[in-house]
Amino acid sequence: MTTTDLIVLRAEGLYCAAGDFFIDPWRPVSRAVITHAHADHARSGHSRYLAHVKSEGILRTRIGADIALQTLEYGESISINNVNVSLHPAGHVLGSAQVRVENEGRVWVASGDYKVAPDATCVPFEPVRCDTFITESTFGLPVYRWRDDAEVFAEINTWWAENRDANRPTMLACYSFGKAQRILSGLDSSIGPVIVHGAVDPLNRAYRAAGVALPETKLVSEVTDKADINRALVLCPPSASASTWANRFKNASVGFASGWMQLRGRRRMGGYDRGFVLSDHADWPGLQSAIKATHASRVIVTHGYEAVMTRWLTEQGLEAGSFKTEYGDDAKESTHDAS
Amino acid sequence: MKRFSLLFQELDRSTATLDKVAALKRYYADASPADAAWATYFLAGGKPRQVVKTAELRVLAREVAQIPEWLFEEAYQAVGDLAETIALVLPTHSDAGSLSLAERVRERVLADQVPAEDCANRDTLSPTLPPGGREQQVRIDAGLAEWIEQRLLPLKSLDETERAKLIRSYWNELDTTGRFLLTKLIGGGFRVGVSKLLVQRSLAEHAGVDPKRIAERMMGFTDGTRSPTANEFLRIIRAENSSTTNANSESENGASIDASREPNEALSEPTEVNGQPYPFFLAHQIPFALAAFDEKLGPPSDWIVEWKYDGIRAQIVKRSDRVFIWSRGEELMTDRFPEIVEQANALPNGMVLDGEILVWKEGAAQPAPFALLQQRIGRKTLTKKVLADAPVVFMAYDVLENEQRDLRQFVQRERRVILEKLLSQFATKYLLSPNIAGQAWQDLETLRSESRVRGVEGFMLKHRDAAYGTGRTKADGTWWKWKIDPMTIDCVLIYAQAGHGRRASLYTDYTFAVWSRAPRDAAEAQQVIDNIADGKPVPEGAMTDVLQLVPFAKAYSGLTDEEFKRVDAIIRKNTINKFGPVRSVKPSLVFELGFEGINESTRHKSGIAVRFPRMLRIRDDKPIHEANSLSDLRSMLLGENIA
Ligand SMILES: [Zn+2]
Ligand SMILES: [Zn+2]
Repeated sequence: MTTTDLIVLRAEGLYCAAGDFFIDPWRPVSRAVITHAHADHARSGHSRYLAHVKSEGILRTRIGADIALQTLEYGESISINNVNVSLHPAGHVLGSAQVRVENEGRVWVASGDYKVAPDATCVPFEPVRCDTFITESTFGLPVYRWRDDAEVFAEINTWWAENRDANRPTMLACYSFGKAQRILSGLDSSIGPVIVHGAVDPLNRAYRAAGVALPETKLVSEVTDKADINRALVLCPPSASASTWANRFKNASVGFASGWMQLRGRRRMGGYDRGFVLSDHADWPGLQSAIKATHASRVIVTHGYEAVMTRWLTEQGLEAGSFKTEYGDDAKESTHDAS
Repeated sequence: MKRFSLLFQELDRSTATLDKVAALKRYYADASPADAAWATYFLAGGKPRQVVKTAELRVLAREVAQIPEWLFEEAYQAVGDLAETIALVLPTHSDAGSLSLAERVRERVLADQVPAEDCANRDTLSPTLPPGGREQQVRIDAGLAEWIEQRLLPLKSLDETERAKLIRSYWNELDTTGRFLLTKLIGGGFRVGVSKLLVQRSLAEHAGVDPKRIAERMMGFTDGTRSPTANEFLRIIRAENSSTTNANSESENGASIDASREPNEALSEPTEVNGQPYPFFLAHQIPFALAAFDEKLGPPSDWIVEWKYDGIRAQIVKRSDRVFIWSRGEELMTDRFPEIVEQANALPNGMVLDGEILVWKEGAAQPAPFALLQQRIGRKTLTKKVLADAPVVFMAYDVLENEQRDLRQFVQRERRVILEKLLSQFATKYLLSPNIAGQAWQDLETLRSESRVRGVEGFMLKHRDAAYGTGRTKADGTWWKWKIDPMTIDCVLIYAQAGHGRRASLYTDYTFAVWSRAPRDAAEAQQVIDNIADGKPVPEGAMTDVLQLVPFAKAYSGLTDEEFKRVDAIIRKNTINKFGPVRSVKPSLVFELGFEGINESTRHKSGIAVRFPRMLRIRDDKPIHEANSLSDLRSMLLGENIA
């Protein structure tokens, strides 16, 4: 390679020098391209934002209504300082995008977070052909293999129906943005009413506003018939499932939906009654097929298990490296937004 | 297998005893007696001989998953359990789904960007499904007994290629939980969070039988040398005959023990029933200090005081001219101790003794260290030499059955009288555990300090008026262990390995070393440490001349979670090298290590092996050069106290 890399790691985040913009920077910058509205990717304090049109509602709610935000449709491209920038579906959450950057005949794609499994609440992942692919690797170990989500939804529905028959509430902890809506789309609402925590509700509204069909949900304050509590499935963030807010759901069976539930140790450590393996990140086979599909000859790994994935890809004949995040070697141990 | 798999999942995820019992009862209601027999066997702690070596399973799993060894090891490090790692790395049927989805997506999206031949190019990055993966969607669900007896146990006698072929097809047939269980069962490491007591309670509720009766009938059921059968299971849960009242009350009128305990025993094979031992009564560590003995225990005269021997706890059952030797783990060990069998010839039928098997050489004043007994147990064949080098004796301390009567409701002093009479009346070489007399607890304390020299572990205290209880229950009185304090040594952490399960992300398994001789000063010790950190080899020369750190023990328990976290951080910062899962660590931490015994060992570089080592505390106050040396350990071998 004669010229410098199109995207490099700076203290602020991933940086494209030719276009003078950052992708998902973690320190304030003048121009930020945001892959999706999860908190660790979309931070406050940037002068200008660029994101997918369906991220707008959530970005404005989470960061501020008055941020300087420009939006793009998937596939629509703009020029930033003569660098071509376009967004492409990442299948992670509503409005999640991969960032395609083209300059002087070179194409780089930064994946952000992505999954290849289907999700009724967002546009499916689309591989984009590129020279260099910057991939996430949250679940970059061969022990992470997701089952069809239809099987997981069936398990959740069965569990819910059993709890209802035993006259106890069903409380399912999950991340409010993305996971909660995906679960809602898979629930069999003939079983009983669905109650959502106050942290989940605004995100549901954003999804509905974006045209995603979700079943009817209530806040607990809107429940008029007390008998509904024991028939209900309650969706809440993990922090709420252990808070005083949860006390009103006496004897609830408590579950947690996350990719980390794949490991028995994690299931047992969390103290949940049930662990459901459901992730909005790509599993090991998903990562492999996505990387393959980009036809990239060079891959840069971020976001967990970098060393493992880098070595594996190198052994598969690719040029592979990694961008160290500020979280360091053990970032994979923390939960981050990795759901 | 599916039903057992469901039971396992239910037990694994619940923490409430009631839920576990309910899950077990649901299982017993569904399962065939043959399946239930095996499930009970495993849940109650039965361990069949390992069918396939775990190393073989690892290699096979890597082949099926098409991943290199290092990647498998990375996965194992993250998961912390081998069987689970294997179950998870194997390709799943949904992999095909996610792959084909990616393919589909790619074909759609890339149709206008990518030449068509590229799309046809299957993934080489991802492992493909094993052959037959999709066709196996309709799976025939064999029961647990069929899995074990028809499929797993026969694996052992096959050659490796045949075995590999079958294991592959079994894995392919099962879902992730099924694979996990299968791998645990053939690798011989099955464990789930239920106690034997809980299994017995569930069976009792399922069958409507007294749990104590179930416990009695289950004695020997988990013996690893044989397979549980449907008939045995049916015998365990058989309704109690209404004419049979409590065994003890009948024993008063001299009713035959066999008739009173098991009225329908003709149903099952006589050898199994006849040889059954009683549930062992287990001792508890005494939880208070000497000063509180008078208040808590009363005077020593209320107690039968015996030495606590460091051997193998055993029951000798003699009935119908046959002898059975049972371990506390309910393993039948009769074949291991021909001397003890032979010495039982002189004893009458209908008799069960409780005591300790010890290696005790002719003319020796005290029993040989436990290590010698352990060595003998490890021998596959008992040659003349083995028998001569490690002759065993049976040290009797209780009698549970005499003249075919169950004596367990007799109090300790009554049983003691019967035992003494029995051993003197019949000419046997069995030894009688002596009663130790002492006016005051303080006198006994003085005697107790001789324990190490006498080759024992302290005292056992048994209340004179207590019956023989069951397991760890205290309802019938208590046996107290009044053990000597552990020996301690200050040593240096030099290697670390990640723990398993809950602690898989922390370095919690440590190897400790002592100095080969006492360092002259801090500077000399520091030089050795610097050499280690720089990877310089140890200079040639005898260990007593050339100062070095000599590994002598491994330990992984005794610290709090907080302490483990702290040590983990220090280990990560001071890592010199990684060898697979092991890190060599620049010596910087001194630990006080406690252990129960010490022996010479030719297998260890230090020439010494310690028993039950555990960390007592981190000695932040102790400079490294003041850690103990090999000669300190050696003096402990001779029974000296270095403190
Ligand atoms: Zn995300
Ligand atoms: Zn993320």
